[in-house]
Amino acid sequence: MHIYFELFSSFFKIGMFTFGGGFAMLPLIEKEMVVRKKWIGRDEIMDLFAAAQAIPGAIAINVASFIGYKIAGKKGSFMATLGVILPSFMIIIAVAALFMQIADAWQVAAVFNGINGGVVAMILISGFRMARSGIVDRITATLFTVTLIAVIFLGVSPIYLILLGAAVGLLRYAIEKKHSKEAGDGE
Amino acid sequence: MILVQLFASFFKIGLFSFGGGYAMISLIADEIFKYQWLSQSEFVRIIGIAGMTPGPIAINSATFVGYKMAGFAGAFFATLGVSMPSFFLVLALAGTLFRHADHPLLIQILKGMKPVVAGLIFAAAVTVGKSTLAEFNVNGGLHLNWPTIAIAVIVLTLSLRTKVHPILLIVFSGILGFAAHFLTGISIG
Repeated sequence: MHIYFELFSSFFKIGMFTFGGGFAMLPLIEKEMVVRKKWIGRDEIMDLFAAAQAIPGAIAINVASFIGYKIAGKKGSFMATLGVILPSFMIIIAVAALFMQIADAWQVAAVFNGINGGVVAMILISGFRMARSGIVDRITATLFTVTLIAVIFLGVSPIYLILLGAAVGLLRYAIEKKHSKEAGDGE
Repeated sequence: MILVQLFASFFKIGLFSFGGGYAMISLIADEIFKYQWLSQSEFVRIIGIAGMTPGPIAINSATFVGYKMAGFAGAFFATLGVSMPSFFLVLALAGTLFRHADHPLLIQILKGMKPVVAGLIFAAAVTVGKSTLAEFNVNGGLHLNWPTIAIAVIVLTLSLRTKVHPILLIVFSGILGFAAHFLTGISIG
């Protein structure tokens, strides 16, 4: 089988059968790439996962693009990305077409009255997790609070807050570097 | 025109979202309510469905919103928009990131963005919760949707205490919602 087709079909399979979003895909991707296809080493794939989270966008797409690129260059990257997107795209179009027919039924309203509660719970859980790993000192706690107030009460676009977070990180790096340089000069 | 707008909005969402699907909800909500593409309750339902179907939540919600707004072409351009920044950033940065994923500058920037992402996820919970757990009726009174609140608390507890797969929990919450309809005997939704 040609490598491009193999990349496409591997990621198509993963996209088709993983429930729970991009993060849920990582163990399956690891198994397929490291254990079954032996395209990539275990340490290497961990570095790829880290790199995929350092750039914006859906984790699944980032990982597919990185792995495809690593294994077979630009074309490989394209085929892997297409593979991971296509199942979602087709399934959602089918579901959306069906859902728009039945959306007004009372049964749908009743079921969603429950699902909405479940979704709020899932979002809160993912928020707790991110807060626990992201809030580590006074500055990060302040960033968290500022974001909550700005987005919920003031309607500020999330993009500005992402940029603010990045700017604070940049500033901290600059200060850290200056300090280490001064410490170095003092020796 | 709507196709260009869908593409541009989801491109922006793809370019500025860090931290996975749920963190993206705040960004999607911001775009959708700005253009008044969907009502709150329509948006919340799409998030529910995007979380239950296979694949990345980002792609699922982009495809769904696009389809709802402009059919197949809308779905295509929204999905293309949300995927393109990732793809081209990877092509541009692959070599550098493979070597410098642990560079202190990158680590500091990600450390600065993480609490923001956490805040955005809680803001998404508020956006979704505002239109589902409670509603304001025409004369300004607050009506609490007790069945949905109870289901949220049950799912939250199960998720923290057990290892049941999140998707099963969402399916379970749908069944509870259906049952609650008969238990409470009031027309809801």
